Amino acid sequence: MRTEDITSWGNAIRGKHLTVAPRSRFEAFPDIPSAGSVLPFGQGRSYGDSCLNIGGGLVFARQLDQFIEFDAQTGVLKCEAGVLLSEILKLVMPRGWFLPVVPGTQHITVGGAIANDVHGKNHHRAGTFGRYVRQLELLRSTGERLCCSRESNAKWFEATVGGLGLTGLIVWAQLQLRPIPGPCVHVESLRFAHLDAFFDLTEECADDYEYTVAWIDCLARGKRLGRGVFQRANHCVSNELVACPRGAVTFPLSLPFSLVNPLSLRIFNALQYHRAGDAVRKAVEHVESFFFPLDRIAHWNRLYGRKGFHQYQCVVPMAVAREAIHALLEIISREGTGSFLAVLKQCGPASPCGLLSFPMHGVTLALDFPSGEGPSRLFTRLDEVVSQAGGRLYPAKDSRMPAHLFQAGYPRWRELSALRDPRCESTFWRRVTQGAS
Amino acid sequence: MKVLVIGATSTIAKAVARLLAQRGDCFYLVARNGARAQAVADDLVVRGADGAYFEQMDANDIAAHEPMLKRAAETLGGIDTVIIAHGSLGDQHVCEQCVQAMMNEIATNGLSVVALATLVGSYMAERGSGTLVVLSSVAGDRGRQSNYVYGSAKALVTTFLSGLRQRLHRRGVCVITVKPGPVDTPMTAGMEKGLLWSDPPRVAAGIVRAIDRRAGVVYVPGYWRPIMAVIRSIPERAFQRLAL
Repeated sequence: MRTEDITSWGNAIRGKHLTVAPRSRFEAFPDIPSAGSVLPFGQGRSYGDSCLNIGGGLVFARQLDQFIEFDAQTGVLKCEAGVLLSEILKLVMPRGWFLPVVPGTQHITVGGAIANDVHGKNHHRAGTFGRYVRQLELLRSTGERLCCSRESNAKWFEATVGGLGLTGLIVWAQLQLRPIPGPCVHVESLRFAHLDAFFDLTEECADDYEYTVAWIDCLARGKRLGRGVFQRANHCVSNELVACPRGAVTFPLSLPFSLVNPLSLRIFNALQYHRAGDAVRKAVEHVESFFFPLDRIAHWNRLYGRKGFHQYQCVVPMAVAREAIHALLEIISREGTGSFLAVLKQCGPASPCGLLSFPMHGVTLALDFPSGEGPSRLFTRLDEVVSQAGGRLYPAKDSRMPAHLFQAGYPRWRELSALRDPRCESTFWRRVTQGAS
Repeated sequence: MKVLVIGATSTIAKAVARLLAQRGDCFYLVARNGARAQAVADDLVVRGADGAYFEQMDANDIAAHEPMLKRAAETLGGIDTVIIAHGSLGDQHVCEQCVQAMMNEIATNGLSVVALATLVGSYMAERGSGTLVVLSSVAGDRGRQSNYVYGSAKALVTTFLSGLRQRLHRRGVCVITVKPGPVDTPMTAGMEKGLLWSDPPRVAAGIVRAIDRRAGVVYVPGYWRPIMAVIRSIPERAFQRLAL
């Protein structure tokens, strides 16, 4: 056991933790008796405080990194929860398989992907990561080992998928992969002039394209509000040899200030928008550069300086999506702050896998903001829109949402609370459940 | 290649075996904990190993060595490479107070290793080929107050292998002494990590390179060779005052 200063991906929240690392999947629950509570910890890629347990303990699961079984005929893979998605892809892609859902980074653990029930550019068609988890083993602090699936221990399965590590330690999982014809995707990029055009494109492309996502210029106002670049893609067979991006460049250090500021943002956004041109651009890309563009810069989070940053990611229901996203962008563009990476994406109608799964049928918007005074006032105004629209914020990205917003957005949170492991807790959980008995 | 790994659940051994598994090698894994050895075997098979067998054995049970080696050779149909990687990092302070604890450290990290190396050496000499890879440590290059018990066991290993290498050289056997610097593994979990620390994949890549080019003594990462040259050259009179 050690004491370590640990921060999450946003670099905005840090604190002392007692830490342990189980050496094998056969060990008993790796409790830290001297800590008030413990929380399983994967790669610390959550942005806010949902992966932290400040003043308490963390159980590093990364060393549970062994594959257990892989059937190259059926694409069923069983592995320990600390295995990274990147390690899975490296193993299965040459054999013609791919993860059915990948988020924006491949440097996360399987346990983390399940605990946050992550989604990707194909949510409108494929749903979330949890949908492809056939089974998992949950180790409780009571010593119980529960093999959970939709058929057996179903309530534990539903609580653990998207359960933010609060139900116990996920030891291993069995995943259903999907076949792909090769390591390439055929990508089309096209510019859209305003928010309505985004909605039209989304509707038009939903059936023919497996992957869709849009970058938006969060500074554009008036008639140009919500302009951006739409990307749609499908896996493809390519005769050209598309190189896998080699090695990542490392952003070497955190500066005392953020490189993302109103000026750099305005320049970047204008370039990004105008670079796209009027015609549809078509390209064949390697899956790694298409799905994980940010992985090419290791520690890109340092761009925001020592104070770090917050990501605001919300989802609003389809019925009110146009109005709500319009209102959100209006507020953000007036503020003149925002991020290089503002992402708009349609979420499909798949029913949520877990009690606390984030996506709902609707539209999700994600933006990064440098830490500081300004954003917190801005966030409060955005919260109002989200709340009125009946939407919710993504716990994996959050470090500040008020308890009432969480509780309204996730009405089943009490069910999770009842199934929570008595020893497991996070800074996030204490924050969003306070004031409720 | 047919590979026998002793101490197969050690983090460095696992990392080396993973790299070899990708080439389709076949393994016989030996470890103190049978379930964990089996887990390593399953992992290697998924990663591309041609096969992976395992056996439970305590390296300190010297009498168990010979039958184990025989079974491994029979199961694999001959052994090309042996990796001896087991070890423990006992508490230096406990070893200073308790003779038995100190002797146990020497037994695990020193005696059991040279016992195995003797058997493997004879096996390979008889076949006229083979590569024996043994994990020693930079700690064996010079005794330091912070870990001289572990260090002296590794010094025994290093010196023993130096002689063995010379003896077996003309018999076609390659003996590789691997001297890792401090590596971030469960064995060193309680220690503060500094700039010179390395991680298991990096160390493993160095070891696989050494196997491929039939090296003699390798420091991994390589920067430890000049560092240890400097440390070895410090006169004893000055060295005894240092807080290393």
